[in-house]
Order: sequence, then structure tokens, then C-alpha cells
Amino acid sequence: MLLTKKHQNTVDSYIRIGPDDSLPAEGALLVTLAVWQDHWERLVRRQELIGVQLTSDEHPEIISDDIDHLDLIALEFPTFRDGRAYSYARLIRERYGFTGELRAVGDVLLEQLHYMERVGFNSFEINSSDPETDFEIASNDFTVWYQASGDQRRIATMLRLGEKDRG
Amino acid sequence: MYRYDEFDQTLINERAIQFRRQIARRLAGDIDEDQFKPLRLMNGLYLQLHAYMLRINVPYGCLSANQLRRLAHIARRYDKGFGHFTTRQNIQFNWISLTDAADIMVELAEVQMNTIQSSGNCVRNITADHYAGRARDEIEDPRVWCELLRQYSVLHPEFSYLPRKFKLALTGSPHDRAAVAVHDIGLRLHHDIRGRPGFEVIVGGGQGRTPVIGNTIRQWIEPRHVISYVEAILRIYNLYGRRDNIFKARIKILVNAIGADKFRKLVDTEWEQIRDTDLQVSTAEFERINAHFLPPDYENLTDQDDELATIRTQEPAFDAWMCSNVAGHKVPGYAIVNISLKAPGRIPGDISANKMEHVAELADQFSFGELRVNHRQNLTFVDVRQVDLHCLWKQLVALELATANIGLASDIITCPGLDYCSLANARSIPIAQDLGLHFTNSGKLQQVGNLTINISGCVNACGHHHVGNIGILGVNKRGKEYFQLTLGGSADEHASLGIRLGRGLPRAEVPGAIERIVDTYLATRLDSETFLSTYERIGIEPFRKAVYDPVNPSRRVA
Repeated sequence: MLLTKKHQNTVDSYIRIGPDDSLPAEGALLVTLAVWQDHWERLVRRQELIGVQLTSDEHPEIISDDIDHLDLIALEFPTFRDGRAYSYARLIRERYGFTGELRAVGDVLLEQLHYMERVGFNSFEINSSDPETDFEIASNDFTVWYQASGDQRRIATMLRLGEKDRG
Repeated sequence: MYRYDEFDQTLINERAIQFRRQIARRLAGDIDEDQFKPLRLMNGLYLQLHAYMLRINVPYGCLSANQLRRLAHIARRYDKGFGHFTTRQNIQFNWISLTDAADIMVELAEVQMNTIQSSGNCVRNITADHYAGRARDEIEDPRVWCELLRQYSVLHPEFSYLPRKFKLALTGSPHDRAAVAVHDIGLRLHHDIRGRPGFEVIVGGGQGRTPVIGNTIRQWIEPRHVISYVEAILRIYNLYGRRDNIFKARIKILVNAIGADKFRKLVDTEWEQIRDTDLQVSTAEFERINAHFLPPDYENLTDQDDELATIRTQEPAFDAWMCSNVAGHKVPGYAIVNISLKAPGRIPGDISANKMEHVAELADQFSFGELRVNHRQNLTFVDVRQVDLHCLWKQLVALELATANIGLASDIITCPGLDYCSLANARSIPIAQDLGLHFTNSGKLQQVGNLTINISGCVNACGHHHVGNIGILGVNKRGKEYFQLTLGGSADEHASLGIRLGRGLPRAEVPGAIERIVDTYLATRLDSETFLSTYERIGIEPFRKAVYDPVNPSRRVA
């Protein structure tokens, strides 16, 4: 099940391509890093949507020069305990300037969605019988945050200064 | 102390609501125990041997009298009428039921307390010098920075699933009462040669099964950059810390594996990219928080040495308490008073609900309604008028809270051990009780002077045994409890790790062994040499011989 940031279910239009798959002539592709590197020249010339999926051992710096070519970056959570992708997401958004779809895949739990949204993910593969409702609940747990993290939410220190201005 | 504003309060309230939903989802079977575990841990809820244990943050040790009253209420209503103060300046309740946990969160939120991240692989409660803002030797008060870092670390979206737990400690004094060298990050406020305040940054210290004294990776950093620097460290750790082996996942392992120099380079490169962002602490935010830490309304008083000397001569028990439990204050006419939770034969760090309420009354009466929890599992009143010392002492005596042993051999740090903890190999509490009684009965406490004895019931070292002058580690060999001794550890500004003395001893032999170690010290010390100084001068061998090869066969215990 795939969700988008608009909190709506959506069909995954991307075809997944691993090292053993041949590249189809048409269609949106989500490829592994190895495929991306091996077929880079062909892939960047295609006039279709293209995405790269990174494992949690693959630092996104490897594709930081390719950001402009990519429509989707998918980051894997091999287990929900592996938090590397939270840092990767911030680097991809805030340092490499990626504005496309940043997707969380793998062991993505409802209770982590609010953290993932804050670091820049805007689509999520998640198992749930009622994902829209679950998502609505989980991503609205908090109205106050202490940390600026690249999303546009106003954090407590900004709100406090705003308070002072009004007073 | 810091008081929540509407934003802090809203966040804590929302967290309580969130946790209630998470518990409901668990009880309904929507999530399994494996998925629930990190959620409850990040709310301080452990499943121990007999029940759930709830660990409540006391941020950098600062507690109000009203908060202590609420803790007493929680102890009575939801637990068995007592609580346990820990080496991380927190309080733990050992007999909590899952169905009450959400209500307790609400009770805590009402008095501006929480359990957020008191466990889990995230930034834990930040600890600090319990004399912060009051110590005579202090260079700068670290508490504003503690609070800024507390807020920074709470529900951090990037750093809530680190490879392993992460502990920060701060001090602003040359004499380190916060053990900053054995934390994941230790921050020491000091002045550079031009007199400007800044932080020394120590990284990769820790205890557990691989004890390490931390490395200083930066001698001095402007305080306004401290959060960005901590973020750089956390990011490097989150990206490169090991995740394949829980025992090798702490930051100390990463620092040791790549070396402190390389680690510093990684951090500095990262820091250059973020130092001038919103992470820089603004003057406005600093001033807002600093307003919470302004000194209370001190009276214009003078020191009472002469007056107190007269009473001390007449009342030796008061004199002993003054010697060990009372420390100098930076304001004339005031004193810092430590309340020992180490009465002989009692469980170190434990306090009943009734006593919590009495202590809260005394804090209101004698110390501006505030107190501190310190990392040696005692309580501290930091603003007592010297003219009130004798009166306060008498009231503490009546409450059996005037044990005169702060810093002495019976002021023992102890983890909960196998009496409560699911990780423990041995029962540490009975050893502490044995030793406390032993030293009190031997009459040698004052003679021995400052000596730290720290006891852990397993290699995780929650009882800080590596940094005790005498460390005691409980191990399990073929189903039987043994205790290994280490000597020469220290948690202060000269931090060091203890060296193992020899084979483990059964519980019954531990007091006798400690006695012979102490006797060796007493027989060998020069002038006013401390135990540690004597140990450093003569080495471990004389102590080893005293314990394992005593001259007098009649005193052989093994």
C-alpha cells in the first residue's frame, strides 16, 4: 500500500528494476543504485519518470549530483530500528536540494510517520487496513516541535518570538 | 528552575494523548510487542522481572517541591509507596501496570514532568552538576544550556532511532560532579585565555561492558554553537555508528574504531555546513530561558562559621553531618545541603512517599521550594540559610534523613540489580546494605574519609562500578553470584577506570574484603592522602595481597 503526502492512497506507477531485470522501453522506473550507475546514460535520456531506491548502507551523497534527473528517491528501512534514513532524508532535502517524491519503504511503521514527515519524506509504503485514517491520526499527534528540520513547520522558538511580537 | 510555557505544555499534553493511543493499540492487538517496545521505552516504560518499571525524567536534576509531592502521590496511588532515584538523576517506580501508565503521564504533565526518551535508542535525560548555579568553584552555570539541549533533543525527528542510547552531561565547574568524561557527550563550560566562556566537548566516554574515558575533540566552542555541534556529532553517529551488534553500537565504539582525530574531522566537516543555521542559539531565546535561572531572592547575610562552630562543638552528630553533607555556597550566609538516601541497611536511592512529602515541605521551608537529584542517588537543597542549618538538621534527624555520609564509604551507588532488573546477573542491593551496615558499625567512616564505592549487578554498569574508587561488579558463575572488585576508578575531573583486583568473591566475603582494602589504605596513607592518592602511589598489589593472601590466616575468608 502506498500513500502520498496528501494522505491519499495512490497506485504505485513505478516499475521496480533490479540488477537482473532488463530495462523496459516505456514506463516509470524505480531502479536500484547498481542499475542507476550501470545504465546512467540511458536512464537520464528517457522521457519517463525515474527513481532510485537506496538501501540504508548506501549514502545518498553517491547520487547528489544526479538530483536534477530524479523524480523519486526511495529510502529503505530494513528494520524500523535502523534510523539512518532519517539523516539521509534531511541531507537529500536540505543539502542536495531534492524537491521530488521522497519515499519511505521497508519496515515503515505508523508510529514513525510524524518523524518521517518532518525530515522530508512525502510518500510512504505502509501496511494498514485503514491507512488514510491511521495516517491522519499519526501525523497530527503534535502541534508543537522544538527542532527546525527543513520542513516549513513553525517551531516553538519561532512561535515564542511571534508571541512576543504580538504582546 | 525552568517552567513550561504554553508550547512546552502543549507538547507534553499531546505526548500523553499519543501514548494513551499507543497503549490502546497494543492492548487491542493492532501492534505487536516488538513494535510496541520502542514506543513504550521512549516513554520510559520497561518490562522488568516482576512488573513494568516507569522512569521519569528529572531534567538535569532540578525538581520543585510540588513536583516531588506529585511523585509521592504517584508512588502511593500507582506503586507500592516508594520511588528510587537513579544515577541519571531520574526517579523510577518499579511496580507500574500498563493500564495505569497513560494516567500517570497525565498526572506528570500537570506538574510539568514527563518520561519522554528516558529510555530507547535516543538522546536520554540530560544530566548536570547538581550544584549548578550555586557552587563556589563554578565558572559558568550550565543550566540554560541544559534546557536548550533538552528542548533540542525532545522528539528529535532525525535522532529518535540512533544505533544506541545517547547520554549528555554538563558541568560548569573545574571540579567535575557530573562525570562528564564517561558520557557519550560531556560538555564542560570554562573560560578561554581571553576569559570568554565556551564548552570543552568530550566525546565517546561511557561505561557498560566497554568502559572508556571520553576524548576531548574540541577544547573550546562558543556556547551559541553548542547545539549545532551536538547535531553534527549526532548525525555522524547516526550515519556511521554500528547497527549490526548491540554491544558495539555506542558512539565510543565508533570513536575508537576510526580514532578521535578522524572522528573530529568528520564532525567538523559536518558542523561547517550547519553552524550558521537556525541551530545557532539566539540571544532572545537564551535570555528567555536564562530568566528562569536567575538567582532567588537571597537575603543579605554573612557566613555563620563562628556561630555554627559553637553548636558543632556541643553536638558531635551535627558536626559530622556538617562535615560530610554540607557544602559551601557562592552567596555569603547560604549553604548547600545534601540529604543522604543511604541510611545504613536501606536501599540506596529509595525513598518512601511519606518522606518525599516531608522533604517537599522542608524544601519549601528552607530552600525556595526547589531541590536537586544528584547522580550519586541523593537529594540536595542548594539554597539553605546557614542560620537555618541546625534547625533543618534536627528535622532531618526526626525523619531519619540526616545520615552523615555524603562522599564517605557508606554513600554507595547501587543499581537495582537482580531484585528488579531483567538484565542483572546478581543482586546488588544486599551488598550495598551489607556494606552500609558494616562501615557504620565499624566506626571507621569518618576516619576513612572520602571513598566512593559503586556497585553494578551486571556488566551494563548502571551502578558506575568502573568509576568507583572501589567498584563491585556482580557476575553469575555456574548459577552462583560472585562479586568482582575493581580499584582506582574515579568519575571526577581526573576520571579513571578501575583495575580488576582478582577473582570474584561470594557475597558473604565482600564486606571482609572491602574492610581489608580499607585497612591497607589506613595503614599506608601519608598525612591526609585520599584512598585514591594512596592507591595511585602504592599500586594495586598491596591491596591484592590483603584480599587474597592475608598475613593473618585466622582472617582468611576464602
